[in-house]
Amino acid sequence: MINSSLKTLSQMLAKKEISSVEMTQTFLNRIHQFNPTINAYIALDEAKTLAQAKAADARIAAGNAEPLTGIPFAQKDIFCAKGWRTTCGSKMLENFIAPYDAHVISQFDNAGAVNLGKTNMDEFAMGSSNETSYFGGVKNPWNFDRVPGGSSGGSAAAVAARLCAAATGTDTGGSIRQPASLCGFTGLKPTYGLVSRYGMIAFASSLDQAGPMAKSAEDCAMMLNVMAGFDERDSTSLNHPKEDYTRGLAGMSGDKPLKGLKIGLPKEYFADGLDAGVAKVVQDAIVEYRKLGAETVEISLPNTKLSIPVYYVLAPAEASSNLSRYDGVRYGHRAAEYTDLTDMYCKSRAEGFGAEVKRRILIGTYVLSAGYYDAYYLKAQQIRHLIADDFKQAFKECDIIMGPTAPSTAFRAGEKADDPVAMYLQDVYTIATNLAGLPGMSIPAGFDKGLPVGLQLMGNYFDEARMLDVAHAYQQVTDWHLQMPDLKAPEGLK
Amino acid sequence: MALNITDIKRIAHLARLEINEQEAAATLTKLSGILGLIEQMQAIDTTGITPMSHSQDVVQRLREDVVTETNQREAFQKIAPVLGNGSAKQAVDGGLYLVPQVIE
Repeated sequence: MINSSLKTLSQMLAKKEISSVEMTQTFLNRIHQFNPTINAYIALDEAKTLAQAKAADARIAAGNAEPLTGIPFAQKDIFCAKGWRTTCGSKMLENFIAPYDAHVISQFDNAGAVNLGKTNMDEFAMGSSNETSYFGGVKNPWNFDRVPGGSSGGSAAAVAARLCAAATGTDTGGSIRQPASLCGFTGLKPTYGLVSRYGMIAFASSLDQAGPMAKSAEDCAMMLNVMAGFDERDSTSLNHPKEDYTRGLAGMSGDKPLKGLKIGLPKEYFADGLDAGVAKVVQDAIVEYRKLGAETVEISLPNTKLSIPVYYVLAPAEASSNLSRYDGVRYGHRAAEYTDLTDMYCKSRAEGFGAEVKRRILIGTYVLSAGYYDAYYLKAQQIRHLIADDFKQAFKECDIIMGPTAPSTAFRAGEKADDPVAMYLQDVYTIATNLAGLPGMSIPAGFDKGLPVGLQLMGNYFDEARMLDVAHAYQQVTDWHLQMPDLKAPEGLK
Repeated sequence: MALNITDIKRIAHLARLEINEQEAAATLTKLSGILGLIEQMQAIDTTGITPMSHSQDVVQRLREDVVTETNQREAFQKIAPVLGNGSAKQAVDGGLYLVPQVIE
């Protein structure tokens, strides 16, 4: 059951082969067994979880079930969930009990889904390895010496280790897709504005976007049906008509389902810096796509390399402003001893934030400070325009863009922890879509030396349905997405 | 532009982050590396290019000027921090938040 698709789980519940309480308990048992080692969840509340499962069973019995009713999901700890401890991976919010629900949480609640718990993450979503979490690192279920990626590292490990049916994540520069690549599952970052940011703790507001992290494209489509939609409480929520993201999936089997599809391969994504083993897996996946009837064409995204410097101006600038709310006055950490108000702010913030968060606040403060605004912030916004234009040009020549998600497979814990610049380069292939606001996806495409490799799909604005179809077509003829780590093998597990 | 320790301390103060000598020195090294990365932008001529602040070209929505939020003062004050400076009580009083005196 743990490796079943959401559709199968939904059917099992509908046919009363299993109750939601039983299904939820199965995942809770796995969490008890493996979470002490993996550290994917940082908040569990079984009473709440099982109450939701019971309510779901009643709803199913009453005949009011929706596709996700009764299915247990993990929620990234960036989403406020009423009555749940919501920390965003930070000491600053260690004792913060959210007084309201994020839009994403309400959407899952309304659909009758069960919340298994809150997952570990890099502090305030700033990181690519989950090592900046105040609550400790997360182990990659494929190899416990390796990181799961980040910032949605807890959700990633929970999906990969089958400690949930699926999970939510957020992606500001690659935080859904890079962990999806490193842990071997399917993750989608939607078009900016498609999923409401209400109640999602802000990092860089013009880039943050929530999305599904699941076993397959089909699972992601079912989750996006629930997550997407206009919300007036988010000023950047887009009033885009409701879509059924599963509508095209059935047409993706049979001979050459992708005939007529033009796949763009950006030459900059296959240049220096890409690990040879990863390149091989990605090339093989592209060969598979040609067999499915797709055509490939070389394209160019000339400003790819600049996306990292641009991001490390814009994201910290927005973060320094967003995180100014943590002042120790109304909620969050307040220093135990202080002399005056300024001292209270300075001490509370110095104690509540970890090293990476402080670094980004400092960079953001610097690039926004008097005299430097034009040279850094404005310049970065101008290059952001060039990066978005690169994609506009590219989509004149192709329907979808493919390449690697991350330059390497999962690296060792500690390997890059002390070198922020090396860590930042992890996101070289994912950041540009955030800057342009485009949807991006990572799907499992194989393994290199026993570690998963992701293939990235990038689509045009609001082209999620097509991306999911294209991913689904590949998952009909391959089984990389069904592979899961053998968690009994490593020593040290109960 | 190369940063020095004085710059780090000034930026930290602007950001309201207490920083000691040792942290400032370590931060200087790390921040200099990151700013080196950011400097790559200067190689690009951006004359005449419109800055992009958001990916979607939409205008701020307007709504009727009516009350939409309900009063949740009690719920919100329940999560107020502990006062500190020897007091274990919450930093709230009579529906207000308590901070050190700012006006003599």
